[in-house]
Amino acid sequence: MIPAIRVEQVAKRFGPVQALAGVDLVVEQGEFFGLLGPNGAGKTTLISALAGLVRPDSGRLEVMGRDVVQDYRAARRLLGVVPQELVFDPFFTVRETLEIQSGYFGIRNNDAWIDEIIDNLDLRAKAHVNMRALSGGMKRRVLVAQALVHRPPVIVLDEPTAGVDVELRQGLWQFVRRLNRDGHTVVLTTHYLEEAESLCGRIAMLKQGRIVALDTTDNLLRSFSGHSLRVRLAPGGRLPPSLLARLSEEKDGFHAFRLDSFQEVTSILDALRATGCNIEDMEFGKPDLEEVFVSVMQKETA
Amino acid sequence: MRHFSGGFATLLYKELLRFWKVSFQTVAAPVLTALLYLLIFSHVLEEHVQVYGSIRYTAFLVPGLVMMSVLQNAFANSSSSLIQSKVTGNIVFVLLPPISYREFFAAYVLAAAIRGIVVGLGVLLVTVWFVQLPYRNPLWILAFALAGGAILGALGVIAGIWADKFDQLAAFQNFLIMPLTFLSGVFYSIHSLPAFWQEVSRFNPVFYMIDGFRYGFFGVSDVSPWTSLAVVGGCFVVLTGFTLWLLKIGYKLRA
Repeated sequence: MIPAIRVEQVAKRFGPVQALAGVDLVVEQGEFFGLLGPNGAGKTTLISALAGLVRPDSGRLEVMGRDVVQDYRAARRLLGVVPQELVFDPFFTVRETLEIQSGYFGIRNNDAWIDEIIDNLDLRAKAHVNMRALSGGMKRRVLVAQALVHRPPVIVLDEPTAGVDVELRQGLWQFVRRLNRDGHTVVLTTHYLEEAESLCGRIAMLKQGRIVALDTTDNLLRSFSGHSLRVRLAPGGRLPPSLLARLSEEKDGFHAFRLDSFQEVTSILDALRATGCNIEDMEFGKPDLEEVFVSVMQKETA
Repeated sequence: MRHFSGGFATLLYKELLRFWKVSFQTVAAPVLTALLYLLIFSHVLEEHVQVYGSIRYTAFLVPGLVMMSVLQNAFANSSSSLIQSKVTGNIVFVLLPPISYREFFAAYVLAAAIRGIVVGLGVLLVTVWFVQLPYRNPLWILAFALAGGAILGALGVIAGIWADKFDQLAAFQNFLIMPLTFLSGVFYSIHSLPAFWQEVSRFNPVFYMIDGFRYGFFGVSDVSPWTSLAVVGGCFVVLTGFTLWLLKIGYKLRA
């Protein structure tokens, strides 16, 4: 099957800044893919190159097998981009905005689909309101609607939930999840790592224009993180030397032990019991993407 | 038509809708400005100046004002639309779809020429109470209005792409477009100028736009309308080529 997105050795330099330093990436059709990285890592440059807004110095990019430079008309019809900035045209209403955007893609008589998007994004009450009069959250919804107006099989969302309230965020993810279930490939960049963790099947982490980690979300969580047992001892309790060696962190009065398997819990508790330590509090830490992210970024810096 | 998809028609429609929605500012205001020029200059000069032998000054002035309005508004349309889109960031809506650089150029320039002509018609309409114009050669009138509007529309595209801020665009307008249009024979025949300034005027392409346009009304002009058409056509070809090249390389639009 043709991949939804193929990026080959893409490099881009802005003056002294190497925004992309030879990126290779393949996103398969139907994936929900996360693109993570600190500010300035090159996420938006990569998306812009895919969308034809930025011209790479070298390398090539394809959307559903169509080269974004040579075959830009086909590539752009196959791609929907929700830009990061909250941009809008103040001359038009929501519906006019969507009709015009549809026309840019050469699609006339798109009313049924526009109605469906308007309903799905809860924009019905605002359909004939000028864009200027909308709240930030509503403007964000219109941006999503604009990206979908030509029914692209591949959708890229560049930090769509930055500055968006919880309710809209939930609604937006519900909608994007549905699009993904219906077969759309979704690529997402976000600073909210818990969002990426719960939504994305696979994740690439970018740093200084390079991909520094690329795997399924589960594998990333397993390889860089893991469950942990955190215990707080009653006053006067001291860890036995056998456990001191296994200690991974000490914070807020808790001793944390990283677990490779749950069988280790028994041995830790046994060791504590053997030395007569009383446990005052105990909790399990689940693996999280933030930990993975921090450790990947630190490793790359080291 | 290989280079044109459905995007062209929509971009043209969007550009027309954009100025039409604020037509009080984009059409009515420049018509009023032209009318004020007419009232003031014709009041001051009507009794003192005759042009081309027998033409009343007010009659001479009206085509000049119409063409000046066409040119200035054509420039204003494409340049202000582009700079606004760039500054607010919504230019991305035009850059993401499969619209070729030729379609982009054609839509912005045609919309600019149409805005110019709409304003020009408005000026003609409000001046019918002051003067009856002969309309000797309507085809020349149309040809120069279209070509002049397209040239200034293309200049507007260049300025709109080049300028990063509104004050840069204002500089382009105040230091290039305004002097070129004001010193082009809108208010006078260049034959009334000293020999030196007559020669200088011949280097101003806007002079040929206005002189040719005026020929369409009166059948007389400072230079042959064919010379004017050649100069104006040449300017159009050169500016179109330059603007298309800027758009093709994505100058300041696609990084």
